[in-house]
Amino acid sequence: MNRTHSSITPWLLLAPAMVLLLGFTHYPAVATIWHSFFSTAKAARPSVFVGLENYALAADDPVFWRALANNLWFAIGTIPVSIALAIMMALWINDRVAGRGLLRLAYFTPTVLPMIAVANIWLFFYTPQYGLLEQLTQALGLPSHNWLGNPDTVLGCLIVVAIWKEAGFFMIFYLAALQQISPVLAEAASLEGASRWQYFWRVQFPLLMPTTLFVLINALINSFRLVDHIVVMTKGGPDNASSLLLYYIYEVGFSFWDSAYAAALTVVLLVVLAVVAIVKFRFLDRRTHYQ
Amino acid sequence: MNSPNVTDPFGRRCPVLETIAAWLLGCLWLLPLLYAVWTAFHPAEFATRFTLAAPLTLQNFINAWQAAPFPRYFLNTFLLVTMILAAQMVLSTMAAYAFARFTFRGADLMFLLVLMQLMVMPDILIVENYSTMNKLGLRDTILSIGLPYFASAFGIFLLRQTFKSVPRELDEAATVEGASALQVLTKVYMPLAKPIYLAFGLVSVSTHWNNFLWPLIITNSVESRPLTVGLQVFSSTDQGVDWSIITAATLMTSAPLLVAFLLFQRQFVQSFMRAGIR
Repeated sequence: MNRTHSSITPWLLLAPAMVLLLGFTHYPAVATIWHSFFSTAKAARPSVFVGLENYALAADDPVFWRALANNLWFAIGTIPVSIALAIMMALWINDRVAGRGLLRLAYFTPTVLPMIAVANIWLFFYTPQYGLLEQLTQALGLPSHNWLGNPDTVLGCLIVVAIWKEAGFFMIFYLAALQQISPVLAEAASLEGASRWQYFWRVQFPLLMPTTLFVLINALINSFRLVDHIVVMTKGGPDNASSLLLYYIYEVGFSFWDSAYAAALTVVLLVVLAVVAIVKFRFLDRRTHYQ
Repeated sequence: MNSPNVTDPFGRRCPVLETIAAWLLGCLWLLPLLYAVWTAFHPAEFATRFTLAAPLTLQNFINAWQAAPFPRYFLNTFLLVTMILAAQMVLSTMAAYAFARFTFRGADLMFLLVLMQLMVMPDILIVENYSTMNKLGLRDTILSIGLPYFASAFGIFLLRQTFKSVPRELDEAATVEGASALQVLTKVYMPLAKPIYLAFGLVSVSTHWNNFLWPLIITNSVESRPLTVGLQVFSSTDQGVDWSIITAATLMTSAPLLVAFLLFQRQFVQSFMRAGIR
């Protein structure tokens, strides 16, 4: 078979995609690292090599640490709850709950909406004085509370939005995995006198483990990649209480126009993603095959 | 799905309590959307007052449509999404075909380079890509929004998997008949990958319809702004915020996607599933 008939053909086929990949993924990644060792060029003084100065700046920058910590709390707050909800949703729909078609629609719809539209809707929800949440607390006779204006509650509000947006998306992966589980197992478990609860924890949950790992990795990447809702709802405030790492990079790069410092911060984000990638290849892809 | 002769004793029917819980969660999930629909279709004074007597109106939509250049934003988003989809389809097909059908020196290294984009997406390399666009003189064009996404590692990966599963005999038979490499691609491989193209297409369109941060950075004029950025510009101009109009605009901008989703629900869910599981 002439699968190697001319060695130039595959390269010609690859060339356009590779050029664009190199231009907009690999080059900027390497350039980011390079530029993080230089100062930002200003009108009067050109960019000069400053070594690790930008990193030293980050180490002393409380806003950077705040954004990084927020990002971790955001991930910790979002991921376990949305995974638990996703499993519950998938179990219900897989178990033929009454009206499952409509329910699946209800759970999944937030996924197809733009994050910015979702953020707008929730912004109104949280609005002081006449937002729905405020109306609700007033009706219950509770004191008025500025949900997004308070540093103690703002991150929690964003976590709720992220959970609402993502749980239905994760649900479909669990649904697919549940449908792969042979009903023979359920029958056997039932003959042995296992309860529904035992069947879930002893049979279904372990079999769903690869799916859980896959969802976990995706959720982790998303929590560092998606900041649209921050731009719409809080702009990182109040007092940086809701700033996430990528949002801070955006602020430094395009509000303060300090591209060198933004590059150093991007390197931190790249390191975070690299760690996720290593974990992924180490634990997840031993099962899924890239061949 | 379950085979007919073995019935899952746990999966036959949900107990009443669980059904109620499932529906409570479902209502909770729909609530923000229903609330948005209520606000958008009623006069502003009923935005947070729920009474059956509230009159329905389309005025909010009319006001929103007239208050900002939404027709232009719709056109921009349409052009953007179409351009990205077309480029991704062509480039991914070519690259995937190269990986799946040919053996050549350096193939593994090239594929590794492709896979790297799954972790380091253009989404986070905003500072450098902005300066690249500046140097290319492309800033504030629709092309500049789409260009970083033209080569999709995800698309290449997905299609490569599919092409690899095409039986070699089909390929050989076509080649023996005298078909060129290009003909083999278009006559044998691509027709067999149709469901994958559909899946990838739906995911791509909805991703780029929804994309926000990069277009926000790279555009600053009505002529190039997509809907998401247009909506943000519209709703953040703090001149007496009218929530009814903002909500109407929000629904309007997501409507095409939402309608498409409601019509092709099954395809959407399956596509997201197929595209995600890889």
